[in-house]
Amino acid sequence: MIPRSLSIGALAFIVVAIAGPFFPAWLISLATVAFANALVVLGLIILWRSGLVPFGQALYYAIGAYTVALIGRYSGVHDIFFMVVVAALLAALTAYLTGLLLARYREIFFAMLSLAMSMILYGILVKTETLGSTDGFHVEAPRWLGYAPAAGWMRRAILFWTVLAFDGAAALLVSLYFRSIAGSLAAAMRDNEIRLEFLGISVNRLIHLNLVIAGTLAGIGGALAAFAVEHVDPDMSYWTTSGGFVFVTVLAGSGSVAAAFAGSFVFELLKSIAYDLLPGTWQMFLGAALLLTILFLPEGLGSLLLRHRRTLKAIRAAGR
Amino acid sequence: MNAILTARDLEKAFGSLVAARDINVVVPPLQTVGIIGANGAGKTTFVNMITGHLRPSKGSIHFEDRDITGLPSRMITRLGITLSFQVAQIFPSLTVFDNMCAATAIARAGGGLLATALTPLHAPDTLAEAEAALELFRIAQYRNLLAATLPQGVRKLLDIAMAVAGSPRLLLLDEPTSGISIEEKFGLMDVVMSALKARRITVLFVEHDMDIVERYADRVLAFYDGAVIADGDPVETLENPRIQELISGPKLKTEAARRA
Amino acid sequence: MCWPFTVLTALAILTDGLVYAAYLFLVAVGLTLIFGVMKILNVTHGSFYAFGAYGAAIAVGIYFDRGYPAAGGFLLMVLVACAIGLVLGLVLERGLLRLVYGKDEVVVVLVTYAAFLILEDVIQLIWGTNSYALYQPLDLAGTIDAGPLVLSGYDIGLVVFAALLAAAGSFALKHTTWGRLLTVVIFDRELAASFGINVSLVYTVTFVLGAMLGALGGAAMAPKISVTLGIGVEVIVLAFAVVAIGGMGSVGGAFIGALIVGMCRAAAVHLVPQVELFVIYAVMALVLVFRPQGLFTRAQPRKI
Repeated sequence: MIPRSLSIGALAFIVVAIAGPFFPAWLISLATVAFANALVVLGLIILWRSGLVPFGQALYYAIGAYTVALIGRYSGVHDIFFMVVVAALLAALTAYLTGLLLARYREIFFAMLSLAMSMILYGILVKTETLGSTDGFHVEAPRWLGYAPAAGWMRRAILFWTVLAFDGAAALLVSLYFRSIAGSLAAAMRDNEIRLEFLGISVNRLIHLNLVIAGTLAGIGGALAAFAVEHVDPDMSYWTTSGGFVFVTVLAGSGSVAAAFAGSFVFELLKSIAYDLLPGTWQMFLGAALLLTILFLPEGLGSLLLRHRRTLKAIRAAGR
Repeated sequence: MNAILTARDLEKAFGSLVAARDINVVVPPLQTVGIIGANGAGKTTFVNMITGHLRPSKGSIHFEDRDITGLPSRMITRLGITLSFQVAQIFPSLTVFDNMCAATAIARAGGGLLATALTPLHAPDTLAEAEAALELFRIAQYRNLLAATLPQGVRKLLDIAMAVAGSPRLLLLDEPTSGISIEEKFGLMDVVMSALKARRITVLFVEHDMDIVERYADRVLAFYDGAVIADGDPVETLENPRIQELISGPKLKTEAARRA
Repeated sequence: MCWPFTVLTALAILTDGLVYAAYLFLVAVGLTLIFGVMKILNVTHGSFYAFGAYGAAIAVGIYFDRGYPAAGGFLLMVLVACAIGLVLGLVLERGLLRLVYGKDEVVVVLVTYAAFLILEDVIQLIWGTNSYALYQPLDLAGTIDAGPLVLSGYDIGLVVFAALLAAAGSFALKHTTWGRLLTVVIFDRELAASFGINVSLVYTVTFVLGAMLGALGGAAMAPKISVTLGIGVEVIVLAFAVVAIGGMGSVGGAFIGALIVGMCRAAAVHLVPQVELFVIYAVMALVLVFRPQGLFTRAQPRKI
């Protein structure tokens, strides 16, 4: 099982990387944003597996986005790698600090506290003139180690590949994490915190670690999204943004790393199509999709694939 | 030979309620001690003080030569004392094998958070050790079943197997045969005791079933009203009329015990 | 008489705070009731508010345009809200929520979130993207000169209404049979069921009541705001904050929570405008950190 899914993933990655930039501009842009947001969803999958559903990931997303926007605007540094790394570090630091509190809570209180924190940032951003308050501000195009690609296809393609590169690295690292003790105990944590404590693991510290990982991923996602959209505004920290990420996580299911990327892409695509075909009712469409998923496919669309795999496994096991 | 566990003048009071007092016990290594007493007599308090879940109000506890009085439970686990629960604490949504892997891997990783994040769960050494543990406790045939679907006896064995994954030197068993049918009790205890002996683990077990105590304990500690009222050979202690009056009742051998 | 600036500011904070608190209470009381009884964090509450606001703006607007007597107009606001709450509440509870009772808390929240999204677009389908203004109630209530301040009659009415509602609610919970039934279910639903209380019926009634209160909040606020798309989205987080602070399930708590948030916000607006939004959520976070169950809920008994 392990090598097979990794090799399929690698193949898909290569195909997308090669074919991607030859698709129409709107699709590349959409995919770039989708794959940036996918990092946030990846973080959410990690937390979801531990039984936690935060409603405030937008906090780290916005921090990542505003960090790169501000660096670009005020410091004269435009290197994308430098900016994203700084964004990641800031998001990680924030996640560490907020995690000190959040790790002690579960379920609804956890969701509400994380919501409150993201709204605090929203409140600050909206009221701060220098940060553009409700309008936000424009994000200048970055440079890649000094190279400033021409606007248009070149820059779009390079940004797309950059986001894919980050995605690939994240996918790999998170897959490894899921195979580690800490990562694979997510289900165990939901089941039986007592036993884990008795085995010598501090569940709170494990949750804290997961929060930091998820927050960092969200920060990187926000930073990349800021470049993709070329704009930052306080809505990136609003509760509806967090809600959107949770939405995608439910749709995609927490079964696999690939679910984050496929799910995020499908979501952006659906949103875009719905916006065009059914203006004024796209929220209804998405709401209905969410509802149907929760009621009939509680493990998300990814579970359709997993179910297939489990059935095959069961058949093979019975035959032994 | 140095004692593995020494409790001196141990006392625990909750406000004005004294749950345990004047406990003086010295346990040599590899001795199997049965702890009996009615509910509320202080047995669980005693066990919790050893595992670090309760801080003694007075007195001291030494593990081998080290003073462990009042240490946090996670530290005591790391030092080599573990507990197996009356209600088996397993991970219902994982398979038996993964349950065992988790326990083994955590024990091998040593407890640092980063160590657990960086060590793969299914490392080859872990897999081998987990497999061996399942064999030792005779539950290897259940390895692919989800823990939630296990019969009670197998759950208990899994719980104990997980508790000893880190090769502790002292194991505390809280009512190992509670909830197990009479026919299966002896079978279960046979497997458990031989496994623990093979691993050279000293055992203290709390039990209400006197037949089990008589058969498997080298020594009996009888608790009553927070104090130890008898400490010695199982047969003698259980024949003692005072113990029979306060704790165990008159001796009636069950059919299964007679057969065993 | 010349009033010193600080006293004026203090009075302004006090009055603004009370008015805002009244608004928050009206908006949050339905939410806390639903959470207390059903343990559901109902995101659709924002929709009840929005529907109430739209309904009032339109129906009452027409009423006043036709020149009917003023008192009837105010009554109509309440009636419209109750009708909207009744219909929406019943449809949602019977049609949707009972499909997910017993599932994980978070799953239920997501279901209400999905319903909220759907209803947001329903609003747009029905009423389009226009904004509606309901000015007559404000004008009719006039203004009152109180010393240095000019108070809106409508605002005063709002405060009185909220206070009466809070009093009536607390009284009803403690002294009526139905209220006591609700209190038992809030405390322990299993225990209530084992006493023979028809918990399913209690759920339906509570949800409908909460919906009506939410719609009432919207109707009451309609004259003060521009009724347009998105008002539900803003209100929902505010209501969450108030309920989290006051304690989920406590009417008295919602009252105190509303007062705290109202006063803090008024103080911020007058003294440090930059932290106006920040302060509300900061207080919410603080309360959640030190007393996660809220200020007024008894800590839930630990269940084994």
